[in-house]
Amino acid sequence: MILHELLSYETLRLTWWVLVGVLLIGFALTDGFDMGVGALLPFVAKTDTERRVAINTVGPVWEGNQVWFIVGGAAIFAAWPPLYAVSFSGFYLAMWIVLAALIVRPVAFKYRSKRDDPRWRAVWDWALFAGGAVPATIFGVAVGNVLQGVPFHFTDDLHAIYEGVWYMKFLSLLNPFALCAGLVSLSMLVMHGAAWLTLKAEGPVQIRARRLGSWAALVAVGGYIGLGLWLAYGFDGYQIAGAYVTDGPSNPLHFQVNKGGSWMDAYALRPWIAIAPAMGVVGGLQAFLGLRAGREITTLLASKMAIFGMIASVGLTMFPFILPSSSDPRSSLTVWNASSSHLTLFIMLVVTAIFLPLILIYTAWVYKVLWGKVTEADVSENSHGLY
Amino acid sequence: MEFGIVELSRLQFATTAMFHFLFVPLTIGLSIIVAIMETVYVMTNRPIWRQMTKFWGALFGINFAIGVATGITMEFQFGMNWSYYSQYVGDIFGAPLAIEGLMAFFLEATFVGLFFFGWDKLSKTAHLAVAWLVAIGSNFSALWILIANGWMQDPVGAAFNPMTMRMEMTDFWAVLFNEVAQAKFVHTVSAGYVTASVFVLGVSAWYLLRGRHIELARRSIAVAAAFGLASAFSVVLLGDESGYNATHSQKMKLAAIEGMWHTEPAPAAITAFGFPDQEARKTHYAIHIPYVMGLIGTRSLTTEIPGISELVAQADTRIRSGMIAYEALLTLRAEREATPQVVKDTFELHSADLGFALLLRKYTDTPQLATEAQIKMAANDTVPTVWPLFWAFRIMAGLGFAFIGTMIYFFYRASFKRMQFPRPALHLAVWMIPAPWIAAEMGWFVAEFGRQPWTVDGVLPTAMSVSALSMTEVAITLAGFVIFYSVLFVVEMGLMLKYIRKGPFLEVAETEAWMQRHDARLAGRKNADAIAMVRE
Repeated sequence: MILHELLSYETLRLTWWVLVGVLLIGFALTDGFDMGVGALLPFVAKTDTERRVAINTVGPVWEGNQVWFIVGGAAIFAAWPPLYAVSFSGFYLAMWIVLAALIVRPVAFKYRSKRDDPRWRAVWDWALFAGGAVPATIFGVAVGNVLQGVPFHFTDDLHAIYEGVWYMKFLSLLNPFALCAGLVSLSMLVMHGAAWLTLKAEGPVQIRARRLGSWAALVAVGGYIGLGLWLAYGFDGYQIAGAYVTDGPSNPLHFQVNKGGSWMDAYALRPWIAIAPAMGVVGGLQAFLGLRAGREITTLLASKMAIFGMIASVGLTMFPFILPSSSDPRSSLTVWNASSSHLTLFIMLVVTAIFLPLILIYTAWVYKVLWGKVTEADVSENSHGLY
Repeated sequence: MEFGIVELSRLQFATTAMFHFLFVPLTIGLSIIVAIMETVYVMTNRPIWRQMTKFWGALFGINFAIGVATGITMEFQFGMNWSYYSQYVGDIFGAPLAIEGLMAFFLEATFVGLFFFGWDKLSKTAHLAVAWLVAIGSNFSALWILIANGWMQDPVGAAFNPMTMRMEMTDFWAVLFNEVAQAKFVHTVSAGYVTASVFVLGVSAWYLLRGRHIELARRSIAVAAAFGLASAFSVVLLGDESGYNATHSQKMKLAAIEGMWHTEPAPAAITAFGFPDQEARKTHYAIHIPYVMGLIGTRSLTTEIPGISELVAQADTRIRSGMIAYEALLTLRAEREATPQVVKDTFELHSADLGFALLLRKYTDTPQLATEAQIKMAANDTVPTVWPLFWAFRIMAGLGFAFIGTMIYFFYRASFKRMQFPRPALHLAVWMIPAPWIAAEMGWFVAEFGRQPWTVDGVLPTAMSVSALSMTEVAITLAGFVIFYSVLFVVEMGLMLKYIRKGPFLEVAETEAWMQRHDARLAGRKNADAIAMVRE
């Protein structure tokens, strides 16, 4: 097959760096509000009917939304195998906690309203809360650690070894910077969930969601700016040292990397990327104002803009690094040495180019069919058809 | 055998994979049965068929939830517990998983919500289309997963790249149209159809025994028996196709399943029964049926099927060749582009056997210098433990024929005996419910345990594939999975039984009223609901 050489290896690597970003942002924009609603559930909905309203705003769509995450994970596996290998095994226990939350959540959605017993429902409500709040926090913690670099190295035959005894591997993830990042990502998704509830619910659920969501938006924006300053002044960045090629074999050990300088140097090098953090801050503030004022569609769009900007800024700031190694910088994974082969990236791109637009079209259709508010009357009438 | 991180990781994978597969076959099969029922409803406009769609759809939903939840574990686990595997073959193995998500899982998951929530919002045909999209999504999911798994059984279209120290894809079409994968796909989805058919048949039989929901039960049996009959034939035929494929791609697995210790003159006999003895390389009390094995395995009377002892001898040769490749690889790794051409050529010549040298890594860190004793041990390691394979295969195959018999009988009664079913037959159908699950689990056991000591046949040994984790970490997560999954299983079974006992939510009369309301809604009349309510 020669066809794949139509696109250079360098172009394909860049494209797949963007596409994984798109999938992860797609996940945050869609499943993000499901998680936000989960995290808000105990606080915005007090009675059983209110809870069912909140749950049913996301009831028909969370399942499709979650696929963004699954496909994001699979795309990392297919396009960036070393990244998949190092991060999933390195963050082992943290990953397991995410997994546990993601196992409980689907079941909680489906099973909660299948029995009338209040204790049964209370247990599943708690599960929905954890299924939203826990992954939302852990994703932020993970990003906080990636920005600092994580301690791993490759052996000569590319076995990934994550440094430290097992409990320290987990506990050292919970450092102050990363915990703050976890708080920011939780607040961000709570803001998003509140924006969704503002659009899809009414009455007391909407009012409470707007109040809590507006606070979350402020915490997210404030925390995001604070973390940016902390990163600029408190932590070293990483740089590729010496000559390197962008279309060479995917072997991290062929590169030399130095720790030093600042991540923020990226903004001097490529000033245009400042648009991402600007979107994050402006979107977040706009969401705050929208939630206060009770605007519906524009608030959700502002919240989406904030999430897009905040997540994109992380990737753009670190470029071309994907996962720096703090203990053995030369093992760091970059866009230029951690991808799949030229052929695999090309095939995956063709498949994505066909199916991603289709997915967007039918997902949009489903949202259109389900357009409109979920009311208390709806859920009371329909105790079997809905969750 | 000592119990280390490899064994613990395998135990975790086996636990989570086999648990996951308790839910998958029913999802695959029931999605189609429900779509068939809804098709009949839309074509005939008879309320009973909508009632059936809703009832079996609800059971589908309960099952689907856990299938999805436990499926996420499967995707995560490759990276979490098998990171060297992910690094080594991700270039090939990751692609079908990602394509599965893009092509199938998005489809299935996006529309499954609409299937349950969209009854009032969609026209009848639009809802029917949604039901079929869910079914197609579920089945396509299986296709891509089995292409990935098929590649582990028969790693075609890939080669080792010494610059990246991993396997890389060389021919996507070879991976896609891998015969092993294609046979596996049809075999596995057919098994799903049989599972769902036996399930629908059994539950319906239980209703008939109790004299409840007779109309629903009889029609359900008619659908399940027809669908199940075709599927049961398909599952056995494609199982046979897999056996034929194994003769050229996975000779050791085939020999182990058959307990064929030594090459026999063609056409080989099949061993119907016996007690395999690994030490003595002999099957005690064996009952042979002449010619059958040769016919299944080679479809000829003259081609020989190699036995275990001969395959071990072949492995010995390949290990020695792999050691040469390994030594050349060390130079390639150090010198990269500066490697002398003669070393590159040596590597090319022997690289197909590199995986066999990696078997030595269990015994030495310097496989290129392995002793005779180590080579011998590694060659013997290529034989999986025979007796569990031998028995698991026979249980699976026996059940396969039992399904054909059951389905023929019920299809005959449903078609030619006016749906009159004798009580003992109904009892049998109820007791039959667990059987397809047993058969499916046995099938996966044969496929995966039979591939040992490899994760990717002939390419990467299982012992090398694991992540650098501590026993404690894996023990914690394994314990967590066991606790979690046990609770989920109890909850799931509880709900299933509750919903089965309860029967359909809406009686036929209520369904009719809903249909009128729905027609009115679609006709766009205002206050249509109110009118319909008054009529009720």
